Amino acid sequence: MNRHLLSAADLSLEDATLVLDTAAELADLVERATVKKLPTLRGRTVVSLFFEDSTRTKTSFELAAKRLSADVISFAAKGSSVSKGETLKDTALTLEAMGCDAAVIRHSWSGAPVNLSRWVKGSVVNAGDGTHEHPTQALLDAYTMRQRHGRIEGLKVTIVGDVLHSRVARSNVLLLRTLGADVTLVAPPTLLPVGVDAWPCEVSYDLDAQLPKSDVVMMLRVQRERMGAAYFPSVREYSRRYGLDRARAARLPDDAVVMHHGPMVRGMEIASEVADGARSTITEQVANGVSVRMAVLYLLLGGSESAIGSSQ
Amino acid sequence: MTAVPDRPVSTRPDTERTVTDRPVTGDPTAARLVLDAAALSRVVDRMAHELLEKTGGGEGVVLLGIPTRGTTLARRLAARVLAFEGLVVPTGSLDVTMYRDDLRLRAARALEATDIPAGTIDGALVVLVDDVLFSGRTVRAALDALADLGRPRAVQLAALVDRGHRELPVRADYVGKNIPTSLRETVHVQLLEHDGVDAVLLGPARARTDAP
Repeated sequence: MNRHLLSAADLSLEDATLVLDTAAELADLVERATVKKLPTLRGRTVVSLFFEDSTRTKTSFELAAKRLSADVISFAAKGSSVSKGETLKDTALTLEAMGCDAAVIRHSWSGAPVNLSRWVKGSVVNAGDGTHEHPTQALLDAYTMRQRHGRIEGLKVTIVGDVLHSRVARSNVLLLRTLGADVTLVAPPTLLPVGVDAWPCEVSYDLDAQLPKSDVVMMLRVQRERMGAAYFPSVREYSRRYGLDRARAARLPDDAVVMHHGPMVRGMEIASEVADGARSTITEQVANGVSVRMAVLYLLLGGSESAIGSSQ
Repeated sequence: MTAVPDRPVSTRPDTERTVTDRPVTGDPTAARLVLDAAALSRVVDRMAHELLEKTGGGEGVVLLGIPTRGTTLARRLAARVLAFEGLVVPTGSLDVTMYRDDLRLRAARALEATDIPAGTIDGALVVLVDDVLFSGRTVRAALDALADLGRPRAVQLAALVDRGHRELPVRADYVGKNIPTSLRETVHVQLLEHDGVDAVLLGPARARTDAP
């Protein structure tokens, strides 16, 4: 039975731990033992459907699939029948007719991966849908936190910035709750989604009060391309209250780490010297992305049935 | 149907036959003790001596155990070699899960650690160490895994128990104990580090909790 990874909430504590442990072993194989390619998914086809621009996630997924010897069909909305007016469903049915074992989808509509999972037989992996979720990003963030702190349970994680437009924030809150971390969201009231009080986390407007008690600070990019209105008076004012500059970073505990998912806007949500500093995990996050996505693809496709995910 | 076990040809005399056929309890369905702790220790000692003899003193040998109990056995062999000849033999572990040919027959499994001493096996005499040699499929997977890691000078195989029923042309260079089995029987290797006791048990058919 094929299962899907549509939401971070699909993963139980055992599932999430299995993904992180598997990713650690795979990272070891690739980095320490320098195995370039594993034969595990030979003969399996993974389609990457990116209806929205992406460099990191698309490359990372395709590299992960190729390292496991899967055949990768890369599909970009530009140059495909989508630009001629084909619907998502017709695209899905075309791919289904060709026979694919997994589809990795990025789409600007929240919920597109859930729909896709009803139309295709293979496993669907959500690689970011609108402002909804991005579960593999949350997994690689958790992996990076565990690498730096040696644990996740009991960590105090502060997520700062544009929560309203962030799919990463939602996935992180759900996954980190499952893994036993305490999450606090910090943002101006205009950048918090309706119903955030029902999320399993704390909410604060005061970054300075939160910093000294944070083990991890995750800075979110302000997604101005998704903003149709003015959510804050000016970039300068946002940066003054919610940007992580050197003075603010100095108030963090000694072993705290600073995360960002990229692409980052230097000088706005994060200062250059903080982004390039020793606390920053930004390049590690990218490197860890490949191992985590290999683990997800292996656990979904490697056996007779998926070891993780939802069967929705 | 009773399967006739095909006993692999061994040139070595079976040195541990005195402890076979001793029931653990009066229950006929219970597992039978084939090697107790003292016998198992003597078997490992002999394997270490054979390894030294056959490799001309053990120079350039790397012991790679197949997790989980193979890894522990590799460390024990290395400890015996150190005690006998004062030679430090590097040991590591080699997880073969990603190379198995029966991956698609079961749900995806968790991976075990792969740890290659000094980061390379190029030019080394690799001795694969496993607890039970059965179908030979694990060894085939291990050979594929080794090929991805580098080019060893030679590869040898050590197994604590050879229970027969090979499905591939695989033979061990060092065998602790040949145990003729039927396909319905199970062989359990128990080691202090994992099970709290050193023993090899031959039991009636039941689901194994770990991969062979």
